[in-house]
Amino acid sequence: MSGKRELIISKIRDGVVIDHIPAGRALLVLRLLGISGREGFRVALVMNVESRKLGTKDIVKIEGRELTKDELNLVALVAPTATVNIIRDYEVVSKFKVSIPDVVEGLLKCKNPRCITNQQREPIRSRFRVISREPLKLVCEYCGTIHELGDIEKYFGLA
Amino acid sequence: MAKGENLADTIRMLDAYANAIVIRHSLEGAAKFATEVAESPVINAGDGSQNHPTQAMLDLYTIWREFKVIDGLSIGILGDLKYARVVNSLVQALSYYKVRLHLISPELLRPRQELIEFMNSRGMKYDWTDDPYNVIGDLDVLYVVRIQRERFPDPMEYEKVRGAYRVTPKLIERGKPSLIILHPLPRVDEVDFAVDNMPQARYFRQAGLGVPLRMALLKLVLAGDRS
Repeated sequence: MSGKRELIISKIRDGVVIDHIPAGRALLVLRLLGISGREGFRVALVMNVESRKLGTKDIVKIEGRELTKDELNLVALVAPTATVNIIRDYEVVSKFKVSIPDVVEGLLKCKNPRCITNQQREPIRSRFRVISREPLKLVCEYCGTIHELGDIEKYFGLA
Repeated sequence: MAKGENLADTIRMLDAYANAIVIRHSLEGAAKFATEVAESPVINAGDGSQNHPTQAMLDLYTIWREFKVIDGLSIGILGDLKYARVVNSLVQALSYYKVRLHLISPELLRPRQELIEFMNSRGMKYDWTDDPYNVIGDLDVLYVVRIQRERFPDPMEYEKVRGAYRVTPKLIERGKPSLIILHPLPRVDEVDFAVDNMPQARYFRQAGLGVPLRMALLKLVLAGDRS
């Protein structure tokens, strides 16, 4: 990056760069990964920058936190266009496009208050099956309630 | 479950006592959860407003006993299409047959997105109306479900729709002579008592068939299909 009109963000040494996030979804991506900012990792967030592929996009850089491929694929729920670069010692050691998993376990809460997964005292985790990728639709494996992108945004407080 | 124990513990205990578990629970997904906790077979006897599969088996069995066929029939489902679990299970069961479905309910109780998407995914033929008189002449079966006060999250919503429809002799007389009326019972006031004496009324016979149906199911679960 160069030129006076561009934002400059330094390279990270070890961590992950999530690029090609649809514009405006970077905060949602961080929430989904369970990163609030209080954990102490260095996080860089760029929103609404120009992109040849997408028109505008967001980018997130997270330093010092290891994320598994399964964790990163969850990003695809809200940012299906995202690409991930894993960085070690300033070098890109792997790069991949995220893909929406078939099953999402434990991440979201079912919006149906009468679903068994919302019972505090039961040893149970939420589990959703992806029934449509575009538009995104997940169905609760327990109560059958359908969830869409708006429900995920609401769950993470970003609707 | 009156002492505050959780469902998982109750199921583990029943699992230790018995060879099969039959569960009816007020929360959706409770029966599925029970299958994950128990080693014994679990039969869902109703979970919240989601499913009631043995009722659907019994409904199909009744229809088959009456017509000796299910394919080709025109079936009307009248009442609470939003919260009644028997409707979900009946539609799922009917999706294995070639039937024409007429869904009839007040606007507020139209089927949920989940049921609509299910019917679409199975390529079912269905339509919706708020007036049973629009479709009565086409029906072979009129399946009536009550509006269940206990399923409404908002009591005001219930007040708006209670008593919204009533099956009367006048409605039935507009139908085919071979029309039958089914109902999972209990009934409140959605089927007029005068209908009970009409030849079309089959709901008490339907309830009676629940006994052999569930006996057969228990046998199947416990002993397989050995005779």
